[in-house]
Amino acid sequence: MSTTRYRVTHDPLRLDDLIDAVTASLDGDPPPGPGALSTFVGLVRDHNVDRRVLRLEYEGYEPLALRVFERIGQETADRWDVQMALHHRLGVLQIGEASVMIAVASPHRADAFAACRFVIERIKQIVPIWKHEFFEGGDVWIEGATANPDDDGARENAYRLASDG
Amino acid sequence: MQVTIRLFARLRDLAGTGELARDIEEGATVGAVWGTLTGEFPALAEYESSISTAVNAEYSRMDSAVSDGDEVAFLPPVSGG
Repeated sequence: MSTTRYRVTHDPLRLDDLIDAVTASLDGDPPPGPGALSTFVGLVRDHNVDRRVLRLEYEGYEPLALRVFERIGQETADRWDVQMALHHRLGVLQIGEASVMIAVASPHRADAFAACRFVIERIKQIVPIWKHEFFEGGDVWIEGATANPDDDGARENAYRLASDG
Repeated sequence: MQVTIRLFARLRDLAGTGELARDIEEGATVGAVWGTLTGEFPALAEYESSISTAVNAEYSRMDSAVSDGDEVAFLPPVSGG
């Protein structure tokens, strides 16, 4: 059983690994374990804007990405009563493959749902990973947000999106 | 002193390499390293206002100090998930 909370890997992702990581950590002494488990899986889409996507290639700055995962974990724990796991894949991914997986365990379903949404929003803001999109007729690096972990406004926006559902 | 510069995604493509070693002045900042880099690769300059920076795999600022042996990374806007 894997209990690695945060992982950046070229290997296919396995949701069970994340679930084990967040539920094992709640199964202590005394056990009751979490009452809720929420998961998010991001998949490679076959289209983007008007382009027919053939595949994506993900690149990352791995040591910094792992530190940012821990930071996001702290930010979720600051706001909600949750345990969080986050795995992101790098390398060439075909249509339909999972690029990112999040698992959040909590005593309460509202916290689990909200924290899960927060984590994916925060990934898109500050995790140093990039998509290189190969589409019919060309390729392009996707560039989203300028990563600034100290931008309180961005973090508050992610909290707001999470709370609004 | 010498630093290792790391470039990612389109910055790496524009420079033609993801890692290079350069000598810089003692007491230089991340911004000075960026200045050296854009002098060598003018195409990178368009990213001046949109990059993030890191020193030794921790996010930094343009005015952060750099020491001998540091790894200084320049990151275009991110697109993970």
